[in-house]
Amino acid sequence: MTALSLRPARHAVPGVFVALALTLVIGWLVVLLDGGQLFNQSTTVSLLHVAAGLGLVAVGQTLVILGGSLDLSVAFVISLSTLVAAEAMNGSDGAMLPAIGLALAISAAVGLLNGLLVTKARINAFIATLGVGLLLKGYLDNGYDGPAGESAPALVRTLGYQRVGPVPLSFVLLLAVTAAAWFALSRTRFGHHLVAVGGDPEVARLSGVRNDRVLITAHVLCSLCAGLAGVYLASRLGSGAPRVGTEGLYDLESIAAVVLGGTALAGGRGGVLGTVGGVLLLASIDAVFNQLEVDAFFKQVIRGVIIIAAVAVYARRAMRKAGS
Amino acid sequence: MRVAERRPLPLRIRTDGIAPIVALLTVLLILIAFVQPDFLAPSSLMSFLGRSAPIILLAAGQYFVIVCGEFDLSVGSLVTAQVVVAARLIDSDPSRTWPVVVLLLAGGALVGLVNGLVTTVLRVPSFITTLGMFLILVGAVYLWSDGAPKGGLSEEFRRFGRRAIEDVPLLGRIPYALLVLVVVAAIAVVLTRSDFGRTLVAVGDNPRTAELSGVRVVRTKTIAFMLSGLAAAVAAILLGGYSGVSFQAGVGLEFGAITAVVLGGVALGGGRGSVVGAMLGALTLETLFALMNFAGVSGALRSTVQGVIILLAVAVSSLRSSSSR
Amino acid sequence: MTALAAVSVLVLAGCATDEPTASPSGTASAAAGSGTGEQSKFFVQADYDNELALLDATPTGPADKPWEQVLNPKMVDTAKYKKPGKHKICFSNAALNNPWRQVGFKTMQAEVEAQKSRISEFVHVDAEGKDQKQIADINDLLGKKCDALIVSPNTTATLTPAVEAACQAGLPVVVFDRGVNTTCPVTFINPVGGYGFGHVGAEFVSQKMKPGGKVLALRILPGVDVLETRWSAAKIALDKAKVNVVGVEFTDGDPAKTKKIVNDYIQRYGTIDGVWMDAGAVAVAAVEAFQDAGKPVPPINGEDQLDFLKLWKDKKLTAIAPTYPTYQWRTPIIAALNILDGTQVSNPWKLPQPTITQDNLDQYLDASMPPLHYAMCGCTDLPGYPQRWK
Repeated sequence: MTALSLRPARHAVPGVFVALALTLVIGWLVVLLDGGQLFNQSTTVSLLHVAAGLGLVAVGQTLVILGGSLDLSVAFVISLSTLVAAEAMNGSDGAMLPAIGLALAISAAVGLLNGLLVTKARINAFIATLGVGLLLKGYLDNGYDGPAGESAPALVRTLGYQRVGPVPLSFVLLLAVTAAAWFALSRTRFGHHLVAVGGDPEVARLSGVRNDRVLITAHVLCSLCAGLAGVYLASRLGSGAPRVGTEGLYDLESIAAVVLGGTALAGGRGGVLGTVGGVLLLASIDAVFNQLEVDAFFKQVIRGVIIIAAVAVYARRAMRKAGS
Repeated sequence: MRVAERRPLPLRIRTDGIAPIVALLTVLLILIAFVQPDFLAPSSLMSFLGRSAPIILLAAGQYFVIVCGEFDLSVGSLVTAQVVVAARLIDSDPSRTWPVVVLLLAGGALVGLVNGLVTTVLRVPSFITTLGMFLILVGAVYLWSDGAPKGGLSEEFRRFGRRAIEDVPLLGRIPYALLVLVVVAAIAVVLTRSDFGRTLVAVGDNPRTAELSGVRVVRTKTIAFMLSGLAAAVAAILLGGYSGVSFQAGVGLEFGAITAVVLGGVALGGGRGSVVGAMLGALTLETLFALMNFAGVSGALRSTVQGVIILLAVAVSSLRSSSSR
Repeated sequence: MTALAAVSVLVLAGCATDEPTASPSGTASAAAGSGTGEQSKFFVQADYDNELALLDATPTGPADKPWEQVLNPKMVDTAKYKKPGKHKICFSNAALNNPWRQVGFKTMQAEVEAQKSRISEFVHVDAEGKDQKQIADINDLLGKKCDALIVSPNTTATLTPAVEAACQAGLPVVVFDRGVNTTCPVTFINPVGGYGFGHVGAEFVSQKMKPGGKVLALRILPGVDVLETRWSAAKIALDKAKVNVVGVEFTDGDPAKTKKIVNDYIQRYGTIDGVWMDAGAVAVAAVEAFQDAGKPVPPINGEDQLDFLKLWKDKKLTAIAPTYPTYQWRTPIIAALNILDGTQVSNPWKLPQPTITQDNLDQYLDASMPPLHYAMCGCTDLPGYPQRWK
């Protein structure tokens, strides 16, 4: 603990990994006592697949939250992206790359809209992205009465089901995206500016940061990540699905993962590594409870408690640090 | 002492902040007058106000939390939990009505207290506190009721949300829910004009300044959360009465209430806006839904219309207020 | 500014969306006059014809056990799955998030208990309504040495690849409720289906109401396959009867929203002559809206939930309750055990789908059960009845 707190806040390995390790060890023991195996191949693969989907969204969500914003429209962007991708592919491998490009472009456009509403129209991010979510919901409700399109078989084979040992390709993709986001945050000017904007917009502006542009970029990147998650889901599901994002609760779960990972909801503090830890923690809880066949509603109660408790611990630490 | 100096500021804003929402509401009412003239007949209007009472109450409760700079995402799940709990405890036995009503109010205040303490003492951002509470309440109520609501509400309990005093001269009818609304709204307005109300706005405007000038931030915010919980309890009693037991009773109400508050000119992040504006915001949303029913807007497209109107209204009012500075 | 912009948006949206209800319907119906809009692209004429024929078909099997009956059986050989001893049966469940699935799952658990001499272990995984989680769940179950896998898919199209993967793993797969777009499972169990449900309700409502009268259609959500088929069949029946469908509204299963919608429609049209619903969850709320407005309750359809049946009897409604019986949750266990015995089973295994009418209402109305219990659970002979369902 002391070693951790000595490092600068932004680069700290968040306590979420401690929680993750504890969860896995305790989970493994309990499952073992119950007569099961937590780390067999199929369970691990399932865990990593769930983590990959949520993780892609959560990494993007981290960027906007770091900048002091928020994106509640991601669930609808995901659904939209699965549909755009699957319909444009229409089962043909040749159309795969253009279709992915189209899905990402449309997602980015939604992100641009979010960013403009938040910065130029000065709408609070909560309401702006909630409103954009409603727009997309209407479009999806009106245009689709069920799954549509067909993902390219090559995409399903690779991103959807291919794995290296117990690690699915999709999780490798998540790691790559995380690495890119980590690099952008810690090694580029955009990253430093984003954290500055999230920390104190006024100070950032006075020190020459173009706040609006930085936030818009973060929103575009966030929606791109959600779009990518949509492409991944299209590869898993074999088609586009108008309700997959909302049913998966990707909006609230991604925010929960970010916060579990130690990023401050108010912005300016945190990072993507912690977010991946948060995602893995949520997925591990899922896996352990799955093995134990715990009632889903009980699980929800536990999740609520864990999220609050984790953030309370971070808050305590931050206070102590501020006091020392 | 700086708080005392600041006092006139919130008061001034309180009156001009509601102009946009009044304008929007007026336009919607004029449109309804064209599409469905008899909607504006007294008894029809009274029924409409009665059925809108729950969401207006939730908006009033949410106002207290938002104006001091916090969020309450747990109100929807609290309403659901309360309705399901009420049905199981009353189990169609009229004699249990009043005890259960008291219990619900106490429960609402308790949930608010927990939200408030976790947010203030443990310093968990209220978005997370109340999101966690949302998960806990939904999970717990499903768990407790084994996945399907049981029991039933007594006719006495349902009366508050469903029945009205009929044959009233001039007005036609007065729903009990409307009476409850008027009383609660009056209390809310009195509260905002009291010292507590001003402190609340000061805390939302700048918590540090407020703290330094001797305001007990922890207590103020905790009371705000308790007011939100109480409002949710009253809303649950009316809503359960209006529509009966179901797990869907409160779904999405938290977003509805927050949207209403923002539409009513209250700034997310706190420090600006009035409770009247928040309640008018809720009434405007309900009017919009009624208008869409009357105008025959396709069910699937409604969320788009709702989204566009919210974005435009909030954008216009926030651009106006920032340009006037 | 705000107001102007808001008005223009509303007017635009209003105009654009008036069309579907006003334009004559397309593919499925030849009826002129008031149409219900274009048919869903998921509508399959052959399935529709088949389901309507099945409604009147005579089932084979024990008369007092509809969950063991089959309509138009097509037996398949299962000898290759034969296995001695007690079995481990695994179940990937789409969700438990509504009373229908709760009642169904309790029924299934009771069936497992009733068969405990032949089942060594029953593993249940709840996907919580998430496609992505269910795909992972199925994959997870494949590593657990199950003797048979039962799947109740969350969505037909999107669960297909996962179910195919399960079939390739070599264990017998039984799918029920919603189907999948592959023939690889040993059997697919469900009652007659959504077309049958939607048709029965719409035909009753349109025949009992005054000719050419005004119908309000209340739906839960768009984009849910089982509900879409109900609506597409109802469209055909309503168009054929030349009734005037004045509105198609989504209630989200929320009784308060339902009451508001119905109330506003009563005000807008003076009277509503019939109400069609794609599911019974908010039927009681719809009836109450008429009562509260002081209007007679028009012909309406609900489902076999007891709160509706009770209200129907108490208020002497003109009503009907097509069902999507929860007893279908018993059948997958029976089918899995049959398959592991090597006995033939029918594929598809079509179960009868009874309708509750005025004539047999009393038979299904058990006032001692909870209001949201489904009467068609076929569970009265199972261990733990009635306490387990209370």
